Amino acid sequence: MASSYESPSEYISHHLTNLKITTGEGGFWGTFNLDSLIMSVILGVIGLGAFWLAAQRVTSGVPGRFQGFVEIVLEFIDNTVKDVFPGDRSFLAPLALTIFVLVFMMNLMDLIPIDFVATFMHAIGVSHWKSVPSTDLNVTFAMSFTVFMLIIFFSFKAKGAGGFIHELFTAPFGSNPLLWIPNLAINIIELIAKPVSLGMRLFGNMYAGELVFMLLGLLGMLGGVYTAGSIVLSWGWAVFHILIIILQAFIFMVLSSVYIAMAHEHH
Amino acid sequence: MSLNATLFAMAVWFALLIWFAAAKIWPPLMNAIDERNKKIADGLAEAEKGKAALAEGEKQKAVMLKEARDAAGEIKLANEKQAQAQIDEAKAQAKIEADRLIAAAHAQIAQEQQKAREQLREQVAALAVAGAEKILKREIDAKAHADMLAQLKAQL
Repeated sequence: MASSYESPSEYISHHLTNLKITTGEGGFWGTFNLDSLIMSVILGVIGLGAFWLAAQRVTSGVPGRFQGFVEIVLEFIDNTVKDVFPGDRSFLAPLALTIFVLVFMMNLMDLIPIDFVATFMHAIGVSHWKSVPSTDLNVTFAMSFTVFMLIIFFSFKAKGAGGFIHELFTAPFGSNPLLWIPNLAINIIELIAKPVSLGMRLFGNMYAGELVFMLLGLLGMLGGVYTAGSIVLSWGWAVFHILIIILQAFIFMVLSSVYIAMAHEHH
Repeated sequence: MSLNATLFAMAVWFALLIWFAAAKIWPPLMNAIDERNKKIADGLAEAEKGKAALAEGEKQKAVMLKEARDAAGEIKLANEKQAQAQIDEAKAQAKIEADRLIAAAHAQIAQEQQKAREQLREQVAALAVAGAEKILKREIDAKAHADMLAQLKAQL
């Protein structure tokens, strides 16, 4: 109930607060954002479940409409990954599929008018509920750092421990001992920058988008012509947001593929 | 906004989803796509083969048609020749028959002529004898003068 808030700032801060549970002593290790996790699980199950259903009933004969759609998505992702990594895609392509589907589903929640969810959750006695997991930095960083782990893993796998460490010290400037420290510094910054930028980009886009919806919701509370304007502007922003939803999912997918493909390259 | 243990829970869930996609979703779907691609490629190759076979058959058909036409022409020609020969033979036989008939007719005519002449001769002889009888006013013994009469007849 938007009108039940004391002040605009309370409205905003309420909508930006996750439903938390704490275990043990709480703090960093004991706190979980329950809404983000529940939404992620539901969206992951729905998103990949649809693909799993298609995989269960797959036929190499004439495909139905649903299988046709799933195959279009699959081939699109496979081709995108093939462009950045021409080698064995048996792991990288499903990874890209997972990222694309999960991020897309999470972003898609942004199109549900925020106060619908908040009002419903209030009615069943839940105090806070952020329905877009990708506006939670924990979620985006969880994915980007998983990708980071994979970058490290594939670097070791492709070059061996010696090769990877050798590369850390000798690329990009050269193997002169004087350049070892600058090389290492550059490489560490580069390695860390990848997951951080990946997670921050998605989070920033979705968080900003959510914030604009909230401000438009606030405008709607003023009543009269402001409410009408709020509805029109929210609609316009939602239409524009469709683009962002797909684009951010695509960017996250492509950049993850590029980073992991780069991990295979020898310098 | 602060980071908390959600990060790790989410990473575990994300890793599970990746594993699930890589193990249960991607391979069957991609296999089906590859299999269908292969089927389509095979089908196209078969169609190409069929097309070539059709062209080959078309060529064979033309050759066979030409052969048949030539054979038919030959048969027709032979038939015509045979017919002509039969006609010619028939004509020749007819001519022979006609000639025979004509010859027979001629022979008959000549015979008739001869016969008529004989009769005439006899009549003339008889007339001559009658004339001579009248001239001589006496009866000529036909028996006695048979030689003479026969001579007379031969001269006619």
